[in-house]
Amino acid sequence: MDPISKFMVDHKIPIGAWGKAFFGFLTDNFDTVFRAFSNGLNFLLDGLVNILLMVPPVLLALIIAIIAWLLQRSRPLAIGVFLGLIFIINQNLWKQTVQTLVLVVAAAAMAMAIGVPLGIWAAHKPKVYRVMLPVLDLMQTLPTFVYLIPVLTLFGLGNAPGLIVTIIFVIPTAVRLTHLGVVSVPKSIVEAGEAFGATKSQLLWKVELPSALPTIMAGLTQSIMLSLSMVVFAALIGAGGLGTEINRALGSRRIDLGLEAGLAIVVLAIVLDRMTRIAVGGKK
Amino acid sequence: MTVAVDFRNVDIVFGADQAGSLAMIDAGASRAEILEKTGNVLGCAGASLTVNEGEISVLMGLSGSGKSTLLRAVNRLNVVSRGQVLVKDGDKTVDVVTCDQATLRRLRQKQVAMVFQQFGLLPWRTVEENVGLGLELAGVPEAERKERVQRQLKLVNLDQWSKKYAHELSGGMQQRVGLARAFATEAPILLMDEPFSALDPLIRTKLQDELLQLQAELKKTIIFVSHDLEEALKIGSHITIMEGGRIVQTGAPEDIVLRPANDYVRDFIANVNPLSVLTAWNVMRDRRDLEHGDNGWVWLDRRKTTRFKIDDHGLVAAAERDGKPAVWVSCADVEGQPEELAQVFWANPGTSLKTVMLAMHRSQTAPVAIAICRRHRHPRCVERGAAAIGAARLQDHRRSGKALWRGFGVGCLNRGPRRRHSEYCWWLRCDRSWSFSGLAVRPARS
Repeated sequence: MDPISKFMVDHKIPIGAWGKAFFGFLTDNFDTVFRAFSNGLNFLLDGLVNILLMVPPVLLALIIAIIAWLLQRSRPLAIGVFLGLIFIINQNLWKQTVQTLVLVVAAAAMAMAIGVPLGIWAAHKPKVYRVMLPVLDLMQTLPTFVYLIPVLTLFGLGNAPGLIVTIIFVIPTAVRLTHLGVVSVPKSIVEAGEAFGATKSQLLWKVELPSALPTIMAGLTQSIMLSLSMVVFAALIGAGGLGTEINRALGSRRIDLGLEAGLAIVVLAIVLDRMTRIAVGGKK
Repeated sequence: MTVAVDFRNVDIVFGADQAGSLAMIDAGASRAEILEKTGNVLGCAGASLTVNEGEISVLMGLSGSGKSTLLRAVNRLNVVSRGQVLVKDGDKTVDVVTCDQATLRRLRQKQVAMVFQQFGLLPWRTVEENVGLGLELAGVPEAERKERVQRQLKLVNLDQWSKKYAHELSGGMQQRVGLARAFATEAPILLMDEPFSALDPLIRTKLQDELLQLQAELKKTIIFVSHDLEEALKIGSHITIMEGGRIVQTGAPEDIVLRPANDYVRDFIANVNPLSVLTAWNVMRDRRDLEHGDNGWVWLDRRKTTRFKIDDHGLVAAAERDGKPAVWVSCADVEGQPEELAQVFWANPGTSLKTVMLAMHRSQTAPVAIAICRRHRHPRCVERGAAAIGAARLQDHRRSGKALWRGFGVGCLNRGPRRRHSEYCWWLRCDRSWSFSGLAVRPARS
């Protein structure tokens, strides 16, 4: 090794050690807080799953199809949704699918609940966005496994850490698309609102948000899709559902099981995508 | 006359170094110099302008001359760096530059409405929801809002379209929605930022006419930004010409055309036909300057071909041409008159010079101008009924000694801006024998 490189390596910045110390500090001092939070979240998610599983599968599939019809008023779509869900029931993956569905919808909803206000804030304050941008990049590009470890140590196994990991991964998309939507509201209509005496909040609710709505809804669709893509990772830290099946198929090299569970995810993705995407189209 | 908007030494600078730029403005620096030294953009400098109630004041200039910038200072869409913008707010005036947010919002909701070049309609709202925007923001209850919106939509002939979305309408209709939205708040002051520039010429002309019609009823105070002088001359009761952020000239349309302040204004009016701006008013002569014959007859021309008789009330009792009785007609219908008839035309002070010339060509004499009080001079106000009232008023004014006549005789025009209007001057010179006359009379039995 050349002397310069050796010098640099000898004086390595202990980022890893700092991070470890930080999470060690968190687990040592706030372990009970995190555990309680995790347990509460697990209880909620499991409870929701159990309630949904009490409904006969075909009935639940029908209800979802009706929701699809209400959102978009398209009979072919509702029938398609129903048939897709029947296929999943037929593959005997209903329980896992419901677990995944709850996880995905909860993650997307949480990501939107956090991401949309952040996106609006960033759109109104360019300086905030400049600070936020590297953090968003970090959340999106840091390999998932890297933050699986600390989340696992803080929250333990189960649905709750799976949900948190998914939210971390999905929030940047919600923020970015909300920011994009609000920033690209035409200046002329913002000025029209101002010229007629809108307050800041009137401007937000009556001009900016309606104008940005298609982009924000695209953010919702994207959030759901990204949440689904995290299902397999979340399963690694104990979140149940279709991801668990796929991990099991991978572990025991079972092509059949992998294919079934994989197709179920695809069906679920298509169903959710069409249901939410079309809600955007109805507005135009 | 009440002042509606008063700009007092308004400077607007966009950029961080406000103090440095203002100092340069005081030193008389140009926009380019300020940009180079401070990196700031000069919006407008030292602008002082008074807009009275009921006026249409047009701000004119090339793009980047600061006209929109000045307009947008009225409702503080642009922040004024220095100076005052006084806006009438009920019985008092408010300085928009310094007032607090709540006052500003109230002004924007109730006193000052705006129409935009790009319409600024909300595409997800229907026409009626768009028109109701200002009322909604001001918290007007829904029932009242609906009623007022319907009224405005009727006014601009869009009541059939109220449930359509804005983007389903043509450009002209969208701008009518924009107009209705501005009218709906019933704000007395209307800011129009090149409202018709984005429309094709035919629609533009139509909307200009509609605006003038509406204005005749609504009597708003309108500040109108335009880069089109024809439009400005047609619409404006006052025109302000701006260059590089500074006001170059302010005046009535004919002042701009007859007495341009500098070469910039002269370039502007170079392509405008003065005949479309000037009216009979500009060339009228006092009837006392005409040659009087016996028994109340007055000769209209020096060649003594045409004469008319005025009774004790100052009304025209009879007209004669080449010794024979002649028909007494308005020159507004000159094209509809059979040519062989002996005619004596009359014109209003508001009759355009084009029409007057046509009548002159036909009858070989100038029309008799029916004078009307200066305030009622606008062509749209002039009707035969109005002429009679106007005549009485004029006589009153003359008795009280107020000079309401504007002495633009032929000679006066001849001394006008000859270089730019050679064609125009030629016409006047070769026909010097024709005389124009202004009379406080009205047509007999018309």
